[in-house]
Amino acid sequence: MVDQSKWDWETREKEVPFDPWKENFNWVEEPYASPDGEQVAAVVNIDEGEFNVCVNGETWESPFEKIWYLRYAPDGRLTALVSDMAEWTVAVDGVPWENKFGYVWNTLFSPDGKHIAVAAQADGQYCMVLDDTPWETTFQNMTYFAMSPDGSKTAAVVQVTDFGEGEVHKFQEGCFTAALDGNAWDTKFVNVWNMAVSPDGTKLAAEVRLNLYEYSIAVNGQVWDKSFPCVWEPVIHPIDGSVVAPVRTAGKWTLAKDGEFLWDARFPQVWHQQFSADGKILAAIVSPKYGRWTVAVDGRPWGVTFGTLVSDLVVSPDGSTIAALTKEGETWKVVVNGAAWKDTFDMAWRPVISPDNRYVGAKVERQGKYTVVVNDRVWQKECDAAWDPVFSPDGEKVLLRTLENGRYLRRVLPVTEITG
Amino acid sequence: MAEPAVTQDQEKEEEQKVVDDGIDVGISRLTTDKIETVINQVLKTETGARLKTYVNTCIHCGLCSEACHYYMSHDKDPKWSPVGKVKQTIWEMIRKKGRLAPEEIRRVVEIAHTECNLCRRCLQFCPFGIDIAYLISMARRICHKLGVTPKYIQDTAHSHSVSMNQMWVKGDEWPDTLQWQEEEARGEFPTLRIPLEKEGADIMYSVIAPEPKFQAQLIYQAAAIMETAGVNWTMPADKGWDNSDMAMFTGDNEIMGRIKRSHFETAVRLRVKRIVMGECGHAFRSVYDTGNRWLGWSHPPIPIVHAIDFYYELLKENRIPIKEKFKEPVTLHDPCNVIRGGGLMEKSRYVAHALCDTVVEMHPNREYNYCCCAGGGVINCGPPYKLKRVKSNKVKAEQLMEARTRGAKVIISPCHNCHSGLKDIKNYYDLHMDIKFFGDIIYQIMEKPE
Amino acid sequence: MHDVYQFVSGPLAWVAFLLFIGGSLYRIIAMLAEVKEKEPFIFTYMSLKYSLRSILHWITPFATYNWRRNPVLTVVTFVFHICLFACPIFLLAHVTLWDEAWDIRWWTLPDAVADVMTVIVIACCLFFLIRRVTQREVKFVTYPSDYVILGIVAAPFLTGFLAYHQWFTYPVFMILHVLAGEVMLAAIPFTRLSHMLFSPFTRAYMGSEFGVIRKSKDY
Ligand code: HEM
Ligand code: SF4
Ligand code: SF4
Ligand code: SF4
Repeated sequence: MVDQSKWDWETREKEVPFDPWKENFNWVEEPYASPDGEQVAAVVNIDEGEFNVCVNGETWESPFEKIWYLRYAPDGRLTALVSDMAEWTVAVDGVPWENKFGYVWNTLFSPDGKHIAVAAQADGQYCMVLDDTPWETTFQNMTYFAMSPDGSKTAAVVQVTDFGEGEVHKFQEGCFTAALDGNAWDTKFVNVWNMAVSPDGTKLAAEVRLNLYEYSIAVNGQVWDKSFPCVWEPVIHPIDGSVVAPVRTAGKWTLAKDGEFLWDARFPQVWHQQFSADGKILAAIVSPKYGRWTVAVDGRPWGVTFGTLVSDLVVSPDGSTIAALTKEGETWKVVVNGAAWKDTFDMAWRPVISPDNRYVGAKVERQGKYTVVVNDRVWQKECDAAWDPVFSPDGEKVLLRTLENGRYLRRVLPVTEITG
Repeated sequence: MAEPAVTQDQEKEEEQKVVDDGIDVGISRLTTDKIETVINQVLKTETGARLKTYVNTCIHCGLCSEACHYYMSHDKDPKWSPVGKVKQTIWEMIRKKGRLAPEEIRRVVEIAHTECNLCRRCLQFCPFGIDIAYLISMARRICHKLGVTPKYIQDTAHSHSVSMNQMWVKGDEWPDTLQWQEEEARGEFPTLRIPLEKEGADIMYSVIAPEPKFQAQLIYQAAAIMETAGVNWTMPADKGWDNSDMAMFTGDNEIMGRIKRSHFETAVRLRVKRIVMGECGHAFRSVYDTGNRWLGWSHPPIPIVHAIDFYYELLKENRIPIKEKFKEPVTLHDPCNVIRGGGLMEKSRYVAHALCDTVVEMHPNREYNYCCCAGGGVINCGPPYKLKRVKSNKVKAEQLMEARTRGAKVIISPCHNCHSGLKDIKNYYDLHMDIKFFGDIIYQIMEKPE
Repeated sequence: MHDVYQFVSGPLAWVAFLLFIGGSLYRIIAMLAEVKEKEPFIFTYMSLKYSLRSILHWITPFATYNWRRNPVLTVVTFVFHICLFACPIFLLAHVTLWDEAWDIRWWTLPDAVADVMTVIVIACCLFFLIRRVTQREVKFVTYPSDYVILGIVAAPFLTGFLAYHQWFTYPVFMILHVLAGEVMLAAIPFTRLSHMLFSPFTRAYMGSEFGVIRKSKDY
């Protein structure tokens, strides 16, 4: 994780003028704030076919013909996918990688921000590129991507056997597999989808389709003993390395661990399962009844259910706080440990849990105005844009990044100023 | 109507000679025992009171027959009637307790995949509301489980499974195409953007994969409309951008669920309020009515707005300045999936009248309109069945012909499949009419920067 | 002869009514239970408003597109079903039986009217029969059981008519009439005549789907 204690948690307010940028450029695209809040950046158009990135009013040294997917890495480095002379690469703080490709997309960051990866295509061949180092092996197609939790390894679903258009039977024999750092498994599958890499980087688990009807999970190319009529994405236990995935059985869903049923309960839907950092708690988004949604913790659904959607499940490292977003009709709410907050919003973002578990916060939007809500108290500021709140390591303060009346603002407030 | 060039005998032969790997190879691997097991497994575990009640309640009255364009186009030959097709498939399976011979399965696949568009017109005709489209879908499900599905649509389902889109569009080709269209469009609209991955936009615009693959100008046009109307929109750069769904039509429910999940979760990830989709009928059915259900969402978790509805909204709010209305008289095709299946008949007419000087109605119209015969995956079964498809919609040709005699020169078809299907019909029956999307017309007549 | 009559109009009538009522309840409950177990999503979409919209349209002559498209059949089927219900329920002779056995009575039809209605039912059955034999689309989906069903429905009316007019041996036809009526009653839950039980449900479901989700008409 990024060491946030080094950030400025003292200065109450810092400001970067933003609207004046618009006068300097043809147009300014949507802004991004750095994780520590010190910077605001946007892709800007300088001239026909000429783009740059403007950071706190200063542009990067050199412009590019195209720039997209401007994103801050968790450690505060600013990345973008950039193109010059029909070649694409990643630019980090304005410096393009040495390697250039036909195309790059799908930037991945390690949680500590130290590693950056993208999917790349060159001359019709595909591979992952980690920190400017492409895989040694390339493949004719690559569909799903993953990174190990420490960022040292990348994985992708790759096509290893050629098949022509309409060669349905050849396809059904299996032409896809997964590759870790470019090393493809020996086993081939009809399909391979979402993957997970174990914390130590030794295990790659993936959803696989064995034939048109049987699905299972493969770990390092080895398929579970059991197959199912359908499966969803696997996760890996952070401590013991066991693999857990939602599986379908007799028309309903449950979780299985290493091929054996883990939960007794059966639900119309189970997905987005997530372990706490110590692996002691396993929560998932479930539908306990057709058309109703909630969160189940270790197989037991919360008492409250919601009609339209439950999303963005977040589990605190110790598992004591579990938060999610819920949607009922058109309105969003935050729900924490089975209790829905009273305020409703037109949109809400993934909840953030303070390191000491005392607070849960989220960026929210009502009628086009953005603000932040913490423990069911709405911060009384209506902003033109806002980013997720960040709680200080001691949980006393909250970093708020907003755009108000053409100014970008970085505020550090005692959390109690919002919660009262 | 001009006589088609080929003689009837030739056509008959051609129709019988269909070679389809997807079916032929599949059949060769079947035994009656296997068939029995699969049919009974599907009927017992995957269907319930609904199927039973439909089968037990049907009084064999034949009142659904005239709903079907296949039946009407084949001189009312009962083997093409809705209940006639159920008789030859589901009833037969029940009657024989699943023990069908491999060759009998061939007939089941043919009927289920190439002789019914799942257009649900017959549902409106049956006094009991028996859902024949559902029964035929179950026949397709059984064929899927038997491994016999026409090759072309099976290939499409495979594409969905690999890439979450219908046309094997690769991960880089999609954003690359959007950026290319954006660049092209800037020639005309200097500040136009196709905003990729813009979290918190109001709208996620989703399309079907044939657009980036073959009809990129449609994306151009959509971007031009969005730009002109000042819409806060975005498009995803990764999987989930394609709203189409042939797996729904091959009975591959698991893949249907997977691609719909990807579509909806992409919209959730982008924090959009609504998904606006291009002019496509079957995709609407999949996201609005069918795919979401398999996943347990009783209603789409993020509201789905079909292009007709969206244009209606924009025109009603005067957000698209029109230079001059479209002059040529148009007629309006009502795509089953958005009209009978989505209730957009009046909005479609509002849009047509707002854009065009003269709108000539076809009869029957609105929710009673005849299907184009392309939908339900039929056109996706590919060239081997094209002749059958166009011949099976003589009634549509007559309908169009009749509208043409009343002046209509252009057919507006706000559905991709209908578009292609009607094009084949118009060519085969020499109708000399143009076919357009609403988007084509809006783009053509709206005010653009000098 | 008297004993036979006693038997068919006594114990057998009990059996027939039990089969009809018990069987109907069983069929409906079993169906709903299966929906609950295997397709509970159906309940999610049910709407009283749209169920009624659909049912009312379809039980009103010419209120639906397809009824309007088939005027002759529409008249026949409505007349048939009305007579089919009204005649046995409001026939003086039947009401008298109820009165004698249970001391309950209600409004009755004049015998002459009932007589005409009986003829109508028989004629309609004939119409259905002819339709079944001559219309290609009906013939194609006709099984022997369809004739049997038609026979089961026609029989009580035919025998009743003959018995009432006493053209042949009255007691024989009386017994046959009672038997035929009982067969018909008992057959309702267990044959396609169960459309009487299930049609409100199938209609309600389709009406709800078209009303709530598809926002268009199923009629
Ligand atoms: C509420 C109750 C009922 C409804 C809504 C209903 C509705 C219908 C409908 C819509 C048809 C198809 C149209 C046609 O072919 O005429 C039909 C046919 C028929 N019904 Fe009913 N029905 C009901 C009760 C009954 C009962 C109680 C019987 C007899 C016991 C019966 C016997 C028949 C027969 C014999 C046919 C004609 C089948 C043929 O074409 O061969 N119905 N009914
Ligand atoms: S094509 Fe349409 S009308 Fe014909 S049987 Fe299929 S769903 Fe019914
Ligand atoms: S109209 Fe309905 S009851 Fe009559 S044959 Fe068709 S499906 Fe069966
Ligand atoms: S292609 Fe168009 S008309 Fe045809 S079934 Fe789809 S929506 Fe209906």
